[in-house]
Amino acid sequence: MLTRLLSGDTPRSGLLTALLLIVLISLAFAPFLFPGTKSLETAARICIFIVLVASYDLLLGYAGIVSFAHTMFFGIGAYGTALALSTTGPSYGALVWGTAAGAGVAALFALAIGLFSLRVKAIFFAMVTLAVASAFAVLVSQMSWLTGGEDGLNYKIPRELTPAFKLIKAKVFDVSINGKILAYYLVFFAAVILFLVMLRIVNSPFGRTLKAVRDNAFRAEAIGYRVVWYRTTATVLSAVMAALAGSLLAIWLRYTGPATTLSMEIMIDILLMVVIGGMGTLYGAVLGATLFILAQTYLHYLMGVAAEATSAVPVVSTLVAPERWLLWLGVLFILSVYFFPTGIVGRLRAGRA
Amino acid sequence: MAKEHPILETRDLTIRFGGHVAVDHVSCAFERGTLTAIVGPNGAGKTTYFNLISGQLSATAGSVLLNGEAITRLSVPERTDRGIGRAFQLTNLFPTLSVRENVRLVAQAKARKGFDLFSVAESHVELLERADHVLAEVRLSDQADQTVSALPHGDQRKLEVALLIALGPQVLMFDEPTAGMSVDEVPVILELIKKLKSDMDRTILLVEHKMDVIRTLADRIIILHNGALVADGEPSEVIALPIVQEAYLGKAPASSGEVA
Repeated sequence: MLTRLLSGDTPRSGLLTALLLIVLISLAFAPFLFPGTKSLETAARICIFIVLVASYDLLLGYAGIVSFAHTMFFGIGAYGTALALSTTGPSYGALVWGTAAGAGVAALFALAIGLFSLRVKAIFFAMVTLAVASAFAVLVSQMSWLTGGEDGLNYKIPRELTPAFKLIKAKVFDVSINGKILAYYLVFFAAVILFLVMLRIVNSPFGRTLKAVRDNAFRAEAIGYRVVWYRTTATVLSAVMAALAGSLLAIWLRYTGPATTLSMEIMIDILLMVVIGGMGTLYGAVLGATLFILAQTYLHYLMGVAAEATSAVPVVSTLVAPERWLLWLGVLFILSVYFFPTGIVGRLRAGRA
Repeated sequence: MAKEHPILETRDLTIRFGGHVAVDHVSCAFERGTLTAIVGPNGAGKTTYFNLISGQLSATAGSVLLNGEAITRLSVPERTDRGIGRAFQLTNLFPTLSVRENVRLVAQAKARKGFDLFSVAESHVELLERADHVLAEVRLSDQADQTVSALPHGDQRKLEVALLIALGPQVLMFDEPTAGMSVDEVPVILELIKKLKSDMDRTILLVEHKMDVIRTLADRIIILHNGALVADGEPSEVIALPIVQEAYLGKAPASSGEVA
């Protein structure tokens, strides 16, 4: 049953299983294990980024396609939901059709980009996606009458998903069950389902064909696979998943703007998460996204503690000053790529053999 | 109506690279259930001729006909679907995947299940069985779970042949299938090729340098020289021709360094 749910793609490493279970349980009970707004915020972000990073790995790790337009698809999903909610009011209907419209537009964009540019060399496709994504970001910030420009959009979501709504009077484990918790579980379960769907896709005959195309497109053609169509379908699927992750973010934040969805910084974060976790394995997306976001959120706090503790030692305390957290994140990244070139999951699975 | 057509035919097939004519008006028909050896010095255009038939290169002029129907403008996968299969001279596999997965992918392509998104690949047991069956035929069963890139060269050559056998096309093109194989493995592969021809009634085109291999397998030899077809006939008579003695069997220095 469990193996079927995971599409036969079990972690195949004891330590990896343990780590994944820790992430799953922590996220499933996040509101109770780590009460507080900031930690719930982080947990939701991790859920959303697991979907986003997994959808990017579908493209990069499985199909071997380098794209810089992934945040564009993420943004299209977020703006779809945001525009529907802000123009027609906070109803579930708007939420659903906005999300569906976002995913649909993302699919069309991906189809067009794929058919126009996947026939040519990989580097050319990467350049096209970079150009299209940059143009899209400029367009969004310029069309402020529609998108709110750089300020983005603030909107209401259905009341049951906001902190104002109380599901039950009593507190559970000292946590009041309000709409924010419901919104969190919407994000969590949607992320679990989307992840399992992607896990199925990469283990399907289609997913296996993607790996063949990645390994040797020339030979894949010679045994009868139409490579362009496989690459294009992978691009479309990955775009739809990214758009759905964007919709989750739009629902969670009740705000959508260029900085939270479209920025090149997020694109680079996604790349780093895929590489740290391990390309070509969706479990890598789980660990990569979790570790990266935890580091992003808590590293400067940890370093603050460290700086305090070492305040007597002159050089060390300057080095670990909280404002240098980005430097240390960079160092951690370089070390992890150096020591785990196949990512955390690749390393753990190889250790077993 | 298909009876009057040879299964495969090339008419005035030509390709130019700039000023160099690599394949020069080659007209030749291949009958079902025959094995034709294509012979010629390095740079004679043998592999280029294969590339034109299987579609990796597009002809400058002339046509390729399969069962009397022109396929000259079709893409590689379209030609594969219609029954042209190819094994490559330089090993050309899926290096990060397992040996079994390489063959399974061919079986999957043949079963047209590549766009199945929501079933687990392993649940298609018949594809796995087909893969294991072919691997047993080429004596690679023990290496089935190994990653291809870690395989010795001779085994990679065998897998190259296995992929073509798994594809099971009407026309099979082998480009020096036994090159790089150890002496005791060569007969296994030759036996398989023989079986494909006689039991399965397939048409086989074979580029080969070893004269003993050609003598045991071929019903017919064609000689390419500087891209042109210069001789065509039964092995014994073709080998006896002076031009063959001169151009191919080393009586005169063979031209080399041209397009392979």
